Amino acid sequence: MSLPPSEHAPQPGQSLGRHTSDVRALVPVRLRVNGVEHALELDIRTTLLDALREHIGLTGSKKGCDQGQCGACTVLLDGRRVLGCLTLAVMAQGFEITTIEGLAGADGALHPMQQAFIDHDAFQCGYCTPGQILSAVACVAEGHANTDADIREYMSGNLCRCAAYPNILAAVKQARSVQAHPGMEGA
Amino acid sequence: MRPFAYHRAETPDAAVKAAVYALDGEAQAPPPGAPVQFIAGGTTMLDLMKLDVMHPRTLIDISGISGSIEIGEGGLRLGALVRMSDAADHPVIRRDYPMIAQSLMLAASQQLRNMASLGGNVLQRTRCAYFRDVTYAQCNKRRPGSGCAALQGMNRQHAVLGTSDACIATYPGDFAQALIALDAQVEIVGPRGTRRLAFADLHRAPGERPDIETVLAADELIGAFTVPAGPWTRRSLYLKIRDRQSYAFALASAAVALEMDGGAMREVRIGLGGVATIPWRAREAEEALRGKVLDEDSARVAAEAAFAGAHGLEHNSFKIELGKRTLVRALLGAGRMEVPQ
Repeated sequence: MSLPPSEHAPQPGQSLGRHTSDVRALVPVRLRVNGVEHALELDIRTTLLDALREHIGLTGSKKGCDQGQCGACTVLLDGRRVLGCLTLAVMAQGFEITTIEGLAGADGALHPMQQAFIDHDAFQCGYCTPGQILSAVACVAEGHANTDADIREYMSGNLCRCAAYPNILAAVKQARSVQAHPGMEGA
Repeated sequence: MRPFAYHRAETPDAAVKAAVYALDGEAQAPPPGAPVQFIAGGTTMLDLMKLDVMHPRTLIDISGISGSIEIGEGGLRLGALVRMSDAADHPVIRRDYPMIAQSLMLAASQQLRNMASLGGNVLQRTRCAYFRDVTYAQCNKRRPGSGCAALQGMNRQHAVLGTSDACIATYPGDFAQALIALDAQVEIVGPRGTRRLAFADLHRAPGERPDIETVLAADELIGAFTVPAGPWTRRSLYLKIRDRQSYAFALASAAVALEMDGGAMREVRIGLGGVATIPWRAREAEEALRGKVLDEDSARVAAEAAFAGAHGLEHNSFKIELGKRTLVRALLGAGRMEVPQ
């Protein structure tokens, strides 16, 4: 049996297969969330969503289905929208993670998309709203918010059981004209 | 989810070496059930690990390996680690290989497309509810030899082509239908170097062993897909019919590419999705159309040929007619496309 090259040799907590003695040992994970570094010790199975909610205390990202089907856990990694429930926290290291708590400006001024959701009453219960807003911010930044049909298609990964869809569509259309620059700028 | 060891690999070779090391010469289960798994986007892997359908002992993280899109006169080369959304939005793919861009864009949601790699996408596992729910004792794909609960169960989503007495689970993907229609090849990185294979030979029909889904070994990794250029790729489209308009798996789909010579079809390429157990090439339908004038009648004849071997059960027989109509509509739509010469 040959060992992998030394630079890929198992690290503590990263040992391989049968060669490991304790797969339950906590592993160090560093996450950068909304501009703040967090040094955590996590069970390797911890998803990014659980790390945010249970370990860092940012409960804005919601756990709906926990199966990648509802979009409530949507967060941004380097500006790209992904699902926190299907991302291992250990695999989110090295990315700039943005959650709903990181959208508003330092002075508390709402992001144009947050304001648009309020202006258009784009929710009822609000549970899907953090995911909707982050998805919508990315949708505009991607250039996928040019037509009503595009917005509906590219927002389809965020389910709203209150069916606020027409108002969400209106909110995205309002914010796209204000959200001048791609990215996460607060204003 | 059960505990696992985690290892991050920065290159395909390192990933393969890590897999060989972690497998430790152990008698190897076929990849879907193997104790060592690669993870990139994780959109299928973590989902199935949470459901306890998959319980690898070791995960090898390949998400940091770079993937690139290369386009030349000979065709297209798509690195396995390219994310679905990046290929779907690529302007040249959208123009010259619209079928590929559409098959990716109409799959999943943008969040999942941002995560999922092309290599992982073609290996996506079935959505059969009996496979995904471990409280059902019978599933030959999950527990070889245990039987198939879908045969007598709620089989509305299930396949009508390529089925066996052991399994009728539908292959869920979309991109694969485009790859098989366009005669793509797949590059596979393994401990003994790189091998190439027709994409059509990657997946195995269920037969008696539905747990063996591909010809990949547990220590092999998809490196890239190559799609040969051809006069038919620009006149191509992917039509997907679903229960809801977006963010749903196909009930029936058709990937169609045509090369026209006046009103007649010089070349025809057809892949079918949502109706078969594996990515499906409809060669009989292609043969029925080659050299013919494209109209509703000839398209219908081809659709009949495509589904001549279809086998429906209690709840999914509607897919046979739906599949035929989907193919007819896709063919006529491709024929009407305005394609710059």
